[in-house]
Amino acid sequence: MKYDESQFQEKIDQEIKIEPKDWMPETYRKTLVRQISQHAHSEIVGMLPEGNWITRAPSLKRKAVLLAKVQDEAGHGLYLYSAAETLGTSREEMVNDLLSGKAKYSSIFNYPTLTWADIGAVGWLVDGAAILNQVALIRTSYGPYARAMVRICKEESFHQRQGFEILLTLSQGSPEQKAMCQDAIDRWWWPSLMMFGPKDSESTHSDQSTKWKIKRKSNDQLRQEFVDMIAEQVKILGMTLPDPNLAWNETRGHFDFGEINWEEFWNVVKGNGPCNKQRLEDRNKAHDEGQWVREAAIAYAEKKAARSKSKAA
Amino acid sequence: MIRKFYYGDIPEDAGSGGHAPSKDARSGGNTPSKNTGKDWPLWEVFVRSKQGLDHKHMGSLHAADAEMAIENARDVYTRRMEGVSIWVVESKHLHASNPDDAASFYDPANDKVYRHPTFYELPDELSHM
Repeated sequence: MKYDESQFQEKIDQEIKIEPKDWMPETYRKTLVRQISQHAHSEIVGMLPEGNWITRAPSLKRKAVLLAKVQDEAGHGLYLYSAAETLGTSREEMVNDLLSGKAKYSSIFNYPTLTWADIGAVGWLVDGAAILNQVALIRTSYGPYARAMVRICKEESFHQRQGFEILLTLSQGSPEQKAMCQDAIDRWWWPSLMMFGPKDSESTHSDQSTKWKIKRKSNDQLRQEFVDMIAEQVKILGMTLPDPNLAWNETRGHFDFGEINWEEFWNVVKGNGPCNKQRLEDRNKAHDEGQWVREAAIAYAEKKAARSKSKAA
Repeated sequence: MIRKFYYGDIPEDAGSGGHAPSKDARSGGNTPSKNTGKDWPLWEVFVRSKQGLDHKHMGSLHAADAEMAIENARDVYTRRMEGVSIWVVESKHLHASNPDDAASFYDPANDKVYRHPTFYELPDELSHM
């Protein structure tokens, strides 16, 4: 049976998931490969700002928790790379694209983690923003991507809660600790809002990703959900968000908030963020230093296979 | 003209990481680039979540051999006690039915409603059946 785009769209409209061997338009495949691999790269690069604090965590408990969280991020990267591979791209190709700077990852990870409180802010705000997006993606039309999201979402809630707990502890501490907590929130708030991407109104294209149900909620929709959620949660910390325009809007039933600095957003996307260069250098270094391990493992597996073959003969 | 980008869908026109994008810059398309084919083999992972249940497909991973595949599967898919038993099989050994043939392939089951218990109309007074 031969498929065409209208039959494909019909399946999508009926909420039938697309699976790896099913026929799909080439642009659907390409869009997914790009989006899923960028998502995977974000998980992998996302380990760097947090890894920065593993050796300096304030207690053994905090260190164990942070290690577990960073390990989860590696796992999330692997789930996603596997999902992208079902579309016919290879792991090596994706990794090469990340290392060469061709492929993108979420800009949020190009900001530095300057104090311990940043680890709390990353968990609460950055993972909080990621969760909203990922929960929406559980209903994405591509089966392997949706399934990876289910696993990721289950694990992410620990990340957000541990982040909030770090800030909660600081918010009840000494004046210096309170100041550190507020400072981290001040620096991470706007970049977290930028994670949802440009405003919907700046879209001049018909939105293919929505039509194909790759994406289920718009940028502004998700951003508003995030603001509404965080504006309430910040009260429990006794801290404030760095936005004088943040105010409850009775008629809309949502929080109003100020304008994002879009110039900064595009600047970081284009590679001029505070840590773009360092992140890529660190990934390249890790990859290069792992080279001998990858080769040795293959050599060992081949030797073992040859030995068991000769034994059998 | 500004395009709308989604989370995890970052514009292709600009390089990240302070590297100037090369002329043939492309992100996430699927034409092969400097592929040396040196990835470790791909394995499919099946996990039994508790005694008495079937193994269920969890996903895939790369590993040099079966032993490493099982250890990696433990780290990737059972960090929160999701499993008591793991199967791995190299993906190239897995054969699958073709979705394009689904209509004709599963056709023999289509018209045999009498295989279902609801096909039989029996009196209401009949119990335990």
